[in-house]
Amino acid sequence: MDFNDTPEEAEFRAEARAFLEKHLQPKSGARPRPGSGKDALQRAKDWQKIKAENKFAQITWPKEWGGRGGTSMQSVIWGQEESKFDAPTGPFAIGLGMCVPTVIAFGSDAHKERYVQKALMGEEIWCQLFSEPSAGSDVAGLKTRAVKDGDEWVINGQKVWTSGAHYSDYGIVLVRTDPKVPKHKGLTMFIINMKQPGVEVRPIHQASGGREFNEVYFTDVRIPDSDRLGDVGAGWKVALVTLMNERLAVGGSPGPDWGEIMDYAKTSGTMSDQAFREKLADWYVAAQGYKLTKFRTMTALSRGQTPGPENSIGKIITANHLQDICNSAIEMQDHYGIINDPEMMPGDAIFQQSFMWAPGLRIAGGTDEILKNIIAERVLGLPQDVRVDKTLPFDELKAG
Amino acid sequence: MNFDFSEDQKFLGNEARKFLESQCTMAEVRAVLNDDSKAFNEGVWKKIVEMGWLGTAIPEEHGGLGLGMLEMCVLAEEMGRVLAPVPYASTAYFFTEALKLAGSEAQQAELFPGVVSGEVVGCYAASEGPGNPDAGSLTTTFDGKTLSGTKVPVTDGDVATHAVVLAKEGKGASLVLVDLSAKGVSKKVLSTLDPTRSHAELTFKDAPAVRLGKAGDGARLNDALLDRVAVLIAFEQLGGASRCLEMAKEYALERYAFGRPIGGNQAIKHKLAEMYVKNEVARSNCFYGAWAVSTDAAELPEAAAAARVAASEAFWFASKENIQTHGGMGFTWEVDCHLYYRRAKLLAVQAGSPKVWKEKLVRALETKNAA
Repeated sequence: MDFNDTPEEAEFRAEARAFLEKHLQPKSGARPRPGSGKDALQRAKDWQKIKAENKFAQITWPKEWGGRGGTSMQSVIWGQEESKFDAPTGPFAIGLGMCVPTVIAFGSDAHKERYVQKALMGEEIWCQLFSEPSAGSDVAGLKTRAVKDGDEWVINGQKVWTSGAHYSDYGIVLVRTDPKVPKHKGLTMFIINMKQPGVEVRPIHQASGGREFNEVYFTDVRIPDSDRLGDVGAGWKVALVTLMNERLAVGGSPGPDWGEIMDYAKTSGTMSDQAFREKLADWYVAAQGYKLTKFRTMTALSRGQTPGPENSIGKIITANHLQDICNSAIEMQDHYGIINDPEMMPGDAIFQQSFMWAPGLRIAGGTDEILKNIIAERVLGLPQDVRVDKTLPFDELKAG
Repeated sequence: MNFDFSEDQKFLGNEARKFLESQCTMAEVRAVLNDDSKAFNEGVWKKIVEMGWLGTAIPEEHGGLGLGMLEMCVLAEEMGRVLAPVPYASTAYFFTEALKLAGSEAQQAELFPGVVSGEVVGCYAASEGPGNPDAGSLTTTFDGKTLSGTKVPVTDGDVATHAVVLAKEGKGASLVLVDLSAKGVSKKVLSTLDPTRSHAELTFKDAPAVRLGKAGDGARLNDALLDRVAVLIAFEQLGGASRCLEMAKEYALERYAFGRPIGGNQAIKHKLAEMYVKNEVARSNCFYGAWAVSTDAAELPEAAAAARVAASEAFWFASKENIQTHGGMGFTWEVDCHLYYRRAKLLAVQAGSPKVWKEKLVRALETKNAA
């Protein structure tokens, strides 16, 4: 048992680090403020281009699509090293991680020729349009309609929680093409040009105060049938491939962890509080549980094996953990803890900020409840929930 | 990255599982549970001795297998799964590790062959009543030649041939080795929550004893010993917690209510998913403890403590919710759920409760943080 790279992994890590050092600054101690505006976007595009030209973008993609043809382990190592630098990767994570692989899997030769290289080089950004106001956990219950009109489809409806829609050039959109059949069977996937008439992007004002996500409205948007991904009615199968491509998370847990609250507790005299000390131990155990479980997954990858299901515990732990730590930190500050002015508060008010982010983390990318269902059904083999909607035609389902 | 057991170690675990599932069945555990005159299962013990497991981490020169702590961890998990009703932990973890840490070459040469052959059964005596034993306030005293005082409770104290005792010596504490057949030693069997593991009160009256290690080094040795043993106990807890999840899952699939398996209800599904999450957190922390103890890493204090805290929580949760999942059946003597519930509590408080280990963990983090 050790935590060392194999010689091949060490060689790749050194190569990756040398490349990063040549092009980027290491992260400083200060917590980076999220960038915004056109400058940040251009910086991200520039960095993507440099990565792609040097075969460090999409490590596991085959060389024919501009990837490195590398291993999953190399992809993890790259992620670890890149995260140590001030690398603007955000705008490309969903497109290159989920959307474009779907185009490669289901698109025509013409699609691949047209889209893959431009996405990889950072010239075009993609977003994923699945969730709707009445279809979140039950995304197959979505209502956005596509009606065939000659060689085109006419799209009407609304998507929600679309990351990056406001700066995306293209998206993959899941729509209902047949409401007369059960819900999973009436869906179809398309490529959509986000800059065309009838596509309207509105930022969502989140409970946290920020506006990082969007609603996307479609009014008589026309998509040629040639931009369909997969067969008519096979959209659910295509969507599952998209979701399977979700990249192995390699970053640390989001927001402050036990170390940061311990640092704060030392300055505030809270380390002498026995109840706090016991909580701190629990947080350490949870954070280690998360980190070390990823090491187990990486070990399987490093040995060329398929990782076990243990990685599925990650987000349940981290999201709840973050919420609990921030709650305690604010209570440690007593009445003063209600202030969220970064100029006045320890750690630039990171506990206050993360306190307002945490509820979203417990919902985004699968709610706690859905994740527990997934563990129960797919890992433990327990029966699926009773689903009254499985066999009924979609247009006869109750909705509200 | 190589954060897992080797193929050889996994093979050892699989072979141990097959062996224990056939030789240490629940009927064998119940043979001890249902018979007050039985302190442990002698038949199972004899077979385990024959397998050579008592000598797993004892050097070959002393008759052992000369393997390491990783192999010990693998076996501990399997012993935990089947609730092995034998003095294995007392002998192979506490007694053997104490001798390795503090025993002289001569003491090891004298006792290890007996441990391997099953003639020597060891135990570790530290507690003197409620609360975690504190080297500074011990009432059991050692004067260089004899030992006096009372230790309670001592796991396997009634069946052990030898004890390692934490005792006061002068102003400090020392570890002391006692032959329990000597005069001046009396044993009283205790009634405990877990009758499948025997416990005794040991009273020493000028009993002949010899020191292990240096005089006054007892507090440090006790801490070092418990860090090593904690990892092994955590693996037993992990084995027990894993088995509880399997039992709950099997029952949830075969028990029907309202026309379908109860495992189809989200209240049960989510409960079992939470068990899975806690068990995996425990497993990852246990692996880290295994790495630390097998490499004598500087991180051992926090790694051992985290393994103990995580595994205690996992086994507690899994054992109580396993009963809950079984409903009324789970509260009967005949169904095995309560045996795991009992063992979970014993392992949680043996050698320091979760509260004690949480404090040790935070102190280790403070020390590291200050450095």
